Amino acid sequence: MIRIEGLQKSFGEQHVLRGIDVDFYEGQCNLIIGLSGSGKTVFLKSILGLHSVDGGSISFDGRILGEMSKKEVKSLRQEMGMVFQGSALFNSLSIEENVRLPLDFFSNMTPEEKAERVRFCLQRVRIEEESFGKTPAELSGGMQKRVAIARAIVLNPKYLFCDEPNSGLDPETAIVIDQLIHEITHEFGMTTIINTHDMNSVLEIGDHVILMEQGKKAWEGRMDEVLSSDDSSVVDYVFRSNLFKKLRTALHKS
Amino acid sequence: MIYRFMEGLGQYFLFLGEVFHKPEHWREYSKSFFREIELLGFSSIGLVAFISVFMGAVLTIQTAINLGDPFVPDSYIAIAVREGIILEFAPTIVSLILAGKVGSNIASTLGTMRVTEQMDALRVMGINPASYLVLPKLFACLLFNPILIVFSMALGLIGGYYAGDFLGLVNTEIYIMGYFDDFDPFFVVYSLIKTFVFAFIIGTVSSFFGYNVEGGAVEVGKASTKSVVTMSFSIILFNYILTNLLLQ
Repeated sequence: MIRIEGLQKSFGEQHVLRGIDVDFYEGQCNLIIGLSGSGKTVFLKSILGLHSVDGGSISFDGRILGEMSKKEVKSLRQEMGMVFQGSALFNSLSIEENVRLPLDFFSNMTPEEKAERVRFCLQRVRIEEESFGKTPAELSGGMQKRVAIARAIVLNPKYLFCDEPNSGLDPETAIVIDQLIHEITHEFGMTTIINTHDMNSVLEIGDHVILMEQGKKAWEGRMDEVLSSDDSSVVDYVFRSNLFKKLRTALHKS
Repeated sequence: MIYRFMEGLGQYFLFLGEVFHKPEHWREYSKSFFREIELLGFSSIGLVAFISVFMGAVLTIQTAINLGDPFVPDSYIAIAVREGIILEFAPTIVSLILAGKVGSNIASTLGTMRVTEQMDALRVMGINPASYLVLPKLFACLLFNPILIVFSMALGLIGGYYAGDFLGLVNTEIYIMGYFDDFDPFFVVYSLIKTFVFAFIIGTVSSFFGYNVEGGAVEVGKASTKSVVTMSFSIILFNYILTNLLLQ
């Protein structure tokens, strides 16, 4: 479990995170939703330790990030996997090398064991063996995202972070990526945190949903509560589009 | 302006502190180092060869025309060409060209990695991006630039010889003797010391600008340009300082 207490972060005069308290549970897809500029990405990067925080605490199964030594943080990082918005695959390396990189750095596996693990992870995200030698530039956006997921899970992490995993993907590929993350989370019992704008993701895989508004947690609940909630923040965010307004009206009628 | 310069200098030294962390996985660094040697070193051989041959040729033609006096032996032309190439043209001019080619490559590669979150990806994995990405590039420059400069000196001298012969400007036998007349090996050492310093400038300054890019593609381009300008200034400045220190 990841526990966040009173998290604050400012950039100069601009207060981006204004005291957030939230728990992210194991074996669940924890979705963070909110408008652009609500602080979702800064929040995620602060949990990852990519931004230093101004106040509050972040604890990973009782281990408080701010109180850990550099060595402990380094070892914690090996329990984390991250899928970036733009995939962030290394262009100079092949798909196979991209996925193997964390193993080369942090495992004592033999080359054969590494190859086997890489093959397992890539096949788990449904990448064909003939694509293993290709470079990221030769893959479609959806395939790049799948390779990024394979790289994120190669060290068998306890915590998986995804920043807008569906951005730039067509609806069909977006559903495939959502389902893949959902399956992997449940299969490996990971604590998964996903930043998203995509309401479809919320309704498909949102085991636990947090709505952020102006650097604060505005609402939290389950995916089935999102459509039925009367909370003004949720209503404002979810029912902005005509499609969802009609859906809400239909739901109320039924 | 002075404040901004001092601030930039401070950031540069902090960056060097991050870069010179002891690598924990030598094998991964060495793999990366050999990739950089190929990318930054071998790929520059053709350009350096082309520039050096013609630089030597032009230098011979200019010197022969300017010393076109029957009382000045052709060996003097060769000595002037030799000293020009070894002391200045090979180490400084070729380093300036490498600053443009290799330096802009390093700055734009690292800048792109920054804006596409590849550096964040390394950091999340627990890998120090400054050290892992910059050290192999820096060592590739430090090792390969001196090799390129020695190669450039040799080709410059050969180009000078053939230009003089082809255009009938010099007596080739006397000219070739001039290359060996009064030769001071320290001049080569001096050139290599300069090259080593210039290689350090190229490797670190370009990395510094690329590593600290913020924004998108436009900023990557700007950082690349800034790095080439800063490297050129630094190379010219250190050329003066080192010449003063080593040749006086």
